[in-house]
Amino acid sequence: MIKVNIWNFGKKAQRHFGTWYQMSKDVATRMAPDFMEMSMKAISSFFTSSKKSYATEATFETKPFRLHRLEMGPSNTVTVTRDDALALYEQMHTIRRMETAAGNMYKEKIIRGFCHLYSGQEACAVGIKAALRPQDSVITAYRAHGWTYVMGVPQLGVLSELTGRQSGCARGKGGSMHMYGKNFYGGNGIVGAQVPLGVGIALASKYSGSDGVCIALYGDGAANQGQVYEVYNMAKLWDVPCIFVCENNGYGMGTSVERASASTAYYTRGDYVPGIWVDGMDVLAVREAARYSVDYCTSGKGPILLEMATYRYSGHSMSDPGTSYRTREEIQEVRQTRDPVTSFKEKIIAAELATAEEMKNLENKIRAAVDENVKKAKSDKEIGLEELVTDIYADSKEEYIRGITPWDRLEHKTLGMAVNV
Amino acid sequence: MVSPVLRLCMRYRVTGLSSGTGQKSPALFHKFITKRYVEFNFSPEKPCEGKGETSRMNLCQAINSALHTTLVNDPTAVVFGEDVAFGGVFRCTLDLQKRFGKDRVFNSPLCEQGIVGFGIGCAVAGTTAVAEVQFADYIFPAFDQLVNEAAKYRYRSGNQFDCGKLTVRAAWGAVGHGSLYHSQSPESFFAHAAGLKIVIPRGPIKAKGLLLACIQDKDPCIFFEPKVLYRAAVEDVPVKEYTLPLGKADVLVEGDAVTLIGWGTEVHILKEVADMAKEQLKVQCEVIDLVTINPWDVETVCNSVKKTGRVIVAHEAPLTGGFASEITAVIQEECFLHLEAPVQRVTGFDTPFPHVFEPFYLPDKWRCFDAVKKTLTY
Repeated sequence: MIKVNIWNFGKKAQRHFGTWYQMSKDVATRMAPDFMEMSMKAISSFFTSSKKSYATEATFETKPFRLHRLEMGPSNTVTVTRDDALALYEQMHTIRRMETAAGNMYKEKIIRGFCHLYSGQEACAVGIKAALRPQDSVITAYRAHGWTYVMGVPQLGVLSELTGRQSGCARGKGGSMHMYGKNFYGGNGIVGAQVPLGVGIALASKYSGSDGVCIALYGDGAANQGQVYEVYNMAKLWDVPCIFVCENNGYGMGTSVERASASTAYYTRGDYVPGIWVDGMDVLAVREAARYSVDYCTSGKGPILLEMATYRYSGHSMSDPGTSYRTREEIQEVRQTRDPVTSFKEKIIAAELATAEEMKNLENKIRAAVDENVKKAKSDKEIGLEELVTDIYADSKEEYIRGITPWDRLEHKTLGMAVNV
Repeated sequence: MVSPVLRLCMRYRVTGLSSGTGQKSPALFHKFITKRYVEFNFSPEKPCEGKGETSRMNLCQAINSALHTTLVNDPTAVVFGEDVAFGGVFRCTLDLQKRFGKDRVFNSPLCEQGIVGFGIGCAVAGTTAVAEVQFADYIFPAFDQLVNEAAKYRYRSGNQFDCGKLTVRAAWGAVGHGSLYHSQSPESFFAHAAGLKIVIPRGPIKAKGLLLACIQDKDPCIFFEPKVLYRAAVEDVPVKEYTLPLGKADVLVEGDAVTLIGWGTEVHILKEVADMAKEQLKVQCEVIDLVTINPWDVETVCNSVKKTGRVIVAHEAPLTGGFASEITAVIQEECFLHLEAPVQRVTGFDTPFPHVFEPFYLPDKWRCFDAVKKTLTY
């Protein structure tokens, strides 16, 4: 196999690709042409079959990983097959489309409540999921739509949950932040609260001998919650197979990382927990780092911490325009130079894994599917009122749930079994 | 089984709200959607007399005015919390950093336990600390700091140290679409801890006076702000500094038939219920805003109950262990022989705060009115 180095970064590039928020404006401006040039430099077409005019495989180089307490990190050279590349792209593009649809439905007041969009961070979920095995688990925070989808919940399950309809993955009872699926322990509405749970889930995998690891995701904001440090300690102390993933999108709600954290090198903040800084805008780099981490954890070495340098295009939630604490130019700049979806598409085309036309067709297919599911999510029914008092307890001990007035009580109900029981 | 009250709710919902979704024009649909959530009418206070110049302010602006006044008059005062620098998610601290600088108005990391612990430290060392917890639902990581540190500092040091200069503000209560973690009313958790004062205003005038009272009070206070009122409630608020008494309930409507007790947003619902009772049942209800949850005004409540003999306590928090339970227990101790009917609690259900069922969960005017009818015919 011949390796094609599309991204040939020397020391200069390493300097330029510090964690993204450290980039000064002029550096970023200089970076833009570099990026385009390098993408276009892609040469490939190896293993081309006689009938098909595309490459079946291509190799790329990632931005350098930064290591904390590790001798050796993941490989900087990553190979992807055509099929995998298209599957990764399809997932990322689907998330982008779904989030755009969710944003619109929120503005139309069809989605109510709190709605946190994942646009910009797609490569993190898609790349990590690509490295997971069936026995591995995931738990994340409130930015959960994309994760729910990659963990196997159909588009309709996500979109209807957002609109609070019965075809939602929690039958409309959870809404934006609370979506669940097999081995997906959910979104969680409280900043940082899911991280200790993740360590518990990982311990359960170890204890039950399933060989699974747990991905416990949190943001740069949640990285300052005390409970995160409590479980770094527990995870390392007991060598729990937990992969902590800090999705550093630069802002904890409206506060930038520099204004919130004494150390913004989040991959080092586990101290005794080894860490890796990853370009979270490069789906292949994410996948490579996640594969490495799964191997690391399953070899019995205990937890590891990944920092994904990423970006969110929308505000913290829909009620935040996302422009009062950062400039529009900054957002535009990231869109143009580092977007995980378009940059990967450019790579695919440049490496001749697929043609521009094929990509366009794929995008059209995704758009049609999302549009169709949005329509269903808007028109589906809500669950019956009796579910107000359903599933509060597994075994209520009282037939009725107290409420309303002493004369009016509601019959307690249980609906099915929890997916993970 | 569907209870009669729930059926009432369902009828109400079907007739007024969700009929014909999809066929309506977008504007009309929007109107229905909006109407579906948090049904109440804000009833503004009469303009204050003798407090000088006033200005039209919503609840947000009244809070901002109180903080502004504090920062001007108290050189030790600091204001901090998540995102307060640009005004906070609800814009209550808007422009304060611009005016008073980064040393006095500053963002904290997202760590509630740290925020409150830090605030207690500031306060015990003599600084007036006004901490913001972004939503009352997020206050639980700080529960230990509030219950074990703030509440007991004075007592456990034999009054050598205290953190009375601490005030913790938090956006509180249902907002119409907040779901599980942006809607809760956790006042009764804190009412259980002696040493804390808990205050909930019903509108801008009360909010400014009470917040200033909390900040100046010599005990740590938790100030819960009904977030649905932030913009919905507008009144003529005095511009200058003034305080309103803590631990003092307000009798807003006088009556002799039924005593209706609530706080925060619920007060406005109860006022409307009193109007409905007057119109439809020809009886005069007495409406009391408890204002302070701890210490609460037993005297005002019991005097009213002795007059009416019938009581309804309403709050958004769930029934079991809600603060209505405490009020009810005291009423039966103090007013047993005056009672004509059992004290009724109209509250949220003993369920998590629901996402799609919020309109049914809330103790709205229909449920309260139903309770009025029941208590009158007991």
